[in-house]
Amino acid sequence: MNVLMFGWEFPPYKTGGLGTACYGLTKGLSQQGIDVTFVVPFDSEDVSPAFVKLVGVKMLGVKSLLSPYQTGKQYCSVKNKRSVYGCDLFAEVDRYAVEASKLMNSSFDVIHAHDWMTYRAGILAKKRFKKPFIAHIHATEYDRTAGHPDLLIVEREAEGLRCADFVVANSYRLKEEVMRFYNIPGRKIVVVHWAIDHDDPASNVVHVPGWKEKTVLFLGRITVQKGPDYFVELASKVLNYCNNVRFVMAGSGDMLPSVISKSIECGLSDKMVFTGLLAGGDVHKAFSMADLFVMPSVSEPFGLVALESIKNGTPCIISKQSGVSEVLHHCFKVDFWDVDKMANIIISALSNKEVLDEMRARSFEEVERMTLDIPAKKIINLYNKVVSG
Amino acid sequence: MRACLYFQVHQPFRIKKNYSVFDIGKNNDYFDEQLNASLLQKVASKSYIPANALLLKLLQKHEELKLSFSITGTALDQFMMFCPEVLHGFQALCDTGRVEFLNETYYHSLAFLFDRQEFDEQVEMHSRCIKKLFGQKPKVFRNTELIYNNSLAEHVKKMGFKAVLSEGAEKVLGWRSPNFVYASPSGISLLMKNYKLSDDIAFRFSDKKWSEYPLSSEKFANWVCNAGGDLVNLFLDYETFGEHQWAESGIFRFLEKLPKELIKNKVSFVTPSELISLPAKDVVDVPNFVSWADVERDLSAWMGNKMQQAALAKLYALKQHVPKESIGDWRMLSTSDHFYYMCTKWFADGDVHKYFNPYDSPYDCFISFMNAMNDLALRAKVSELGSKTTEQWVRV
Repeated sequence: MNVLMFGWEFPPYKTGGLGTACYGLTKGLSQQGIDVTFVVPFDSEDVSPAFVKLVGVKMLGVKSLLSPYQTGKQYCSVKNKRSVYGCDLFAEVDRYAVEASKLMNSSFDVIHAHDWMTYRAGILAKKRFKKPFIAHIHATEYDRTAGHPDLLIVEREAEGLRCADFVVANSYRLKEEVMRFYNIPGRKIVVVHWAIDHDDPASNVVHVPGWKEKTVLFLGRITVQKGPDYFVELASKVLNYCNNVRFVMAGSGDMLPSVISKSIECGLSDKMVFTGLLAGGDVHKAFSMADLFVMPSVSEPFGLVALESIKNGTPCIISKQSGVSEVLHHCFKVDFWDVDKMANIIISALSNKEVLDEMRARSFEEVERMTLDIPAKKIINLYNKVVSG
Repeated sequence: MRACLYFQVHQPFRIKKNYSVFDIGKNNDYFDEQLNASLLQKVASKSYIPANALLLKLLQKHEELKLSFSITGTALDQFMMFCPEVLHGFQALCDTGRVEFLNETYYHSLAFLFDRQEFDEQVEMHSRCIKKLFGQKPKVFRNTELIYNNSLAEHVKKMGFKAVLSEGAEKVLGWRSPNFVYASPSGISLLMKNYKLSDDIAFRFSDKKWSEYPLSSEKFANWVCNAGGDLVNLFLDYETFGEHQWAESGIFRFLEKLPKELIKNKVSFVTPSELISLPAKDVVDVPNFVSWADVERDLSAWMGNKMQQAALAKLYALKQHVPKESIGDWRMLSTSDHFYYMCTKWFADGDVHKYFNPYDSPYDCFISFMNAMNDLALRAKVSELGSKTTEQWVRV
């Protein structure tokens, strides 16, 4: 089985969970004997692709300025510095599709594309080679913008989902969204929950913070989808009640300036730490130093970061509005807006350590069972189904 | 052959799901009256009321039939508060003169493991309550969730009881059959639950994958008749009828026909206190605690993890400081269900821990419990609940 896969980020060049997920998926597939050709839009002026070595996985780079989670406006600000690329985000996506299809030959059985930026490339490949096309969705435009979508992106997303022979969604919640927003019939959508890579040596990192207080962590893009403003509210509520906690916000994003000023307004400047974007081992350090990880996402199609946190020994509070809450039991589940409940959990759990000890041990066991071969096997079943017609 | 039918009736006062750290020192209303009332009314209408009506009819129809119950104080309190009809139903059963009531701790607590004086007081409270409501002075003891060992037998013997109920687990009986009366080393009679036949009704009745499905009263009566030994102890949660096994499963029809089928098979009915006169087949030595919970049939359902152990150790450390006017709240916190809801091993054990469990997770239950207990500690003017561990508390 040969798979042609289009993605938009891949480790080590990544800013979000998508890269980690794609890596995990291709690794799982290659361990099951599937050959994958992975096409990514790397901007070779910034980085020279030094591809991770995975047996059976071949990487192809297309020179492009596309980067994950990009909006039209952000693209234009990068684009102004360069000249050969598409005049706007959508033109660049189309150019990527054409350039990518030039690199291909027909020696594959199935096309698999991740999220809207690569769907055009998938559609083009489907038309040209008459091979089945699977659209994998990690988040809808409605998720990324917490309900304020860019309608041009919605159009591209809809086109890809409609043209696909099958859609893969990361959770039941995402499947329902795809059915509701895009009118895709449920029988065309297969749910595959993520798992994580247990071979990652960096997850044994131990890091002790330079302060005596307990540490509560937020880690993710600082953007409306992830609920960073709720985290600031939470910090304010907790610190009002007890003083021995520090709140760490790791990540970057469009809301970072407003979140920083909000935290200053709330008088949290000496109790709230901003790390900026963390890469590689620093992510593990951040988890390792935290007593609790909070994921207050407004809308989270999966939320792989919760599994990474647990893998690093840090128990979680996750939003009920997340896909990972469908598979994870040993954690606290709250509504993203329920700041009172989160504050109660944090104060109570930090003062009764037994609950965190128990949760740490049980959730670790639970995540250990979420191995990469589980999603890989589900995807292979789907490949077999589409290939045999 | 004899059959001893015994039903356990219990409902706890559940702690508010949202009792939070912000309530400490401000709000000492820990228990969720609305939830407790609605759960009680639900189980009453699905189970207690129809089961009581059916058993009354059966007692009137078959003069051979005899039954026994243990109803906890917290259940009786809630019947009086939220659904007196249920209590009247039990009293009507009692009025037939062929229903025996057993004694246990009023609060369905684990007090025997932690505090013998508290245990004695809760048993005495329950005994007085049974006397008041049913006019009987119980002679037979059943501890919370059939938690049992030699020292329990010895202790309740000293309290004047003639017999005690226990789980007929293989790890206790070895090759011996549960279908005899046994004696503890201290000499009190031991009535052993026949867990295979009891669980055929309680757990397997509606299991379509079970090779014996569907279970008819005829077939079951035949098994009881041919079980060997002197008697079969069928010890069941009363909620089996209509709640754990839904009415649609045919459980009430099964119960309705059961006495007639047993009589047809020459099985007579006995109550626990009538079994005392049978000679003990053997002495059963049970140094370690057993219970009827989960596959382990030990104490791990209530004190298997660190949260449960911490909550219990701190609760019992608090007791001596609690002022008289707050002891009722302390005792409602001592109910074993709170600790059962904190159990984290339910993935392997199936869903039993989820029955009537209002919490999203064991962790949420622990937090509500600790917050309520910390408020009580504040009322008791205790700042530090001590570092004594569960192992140091529990006397085996």
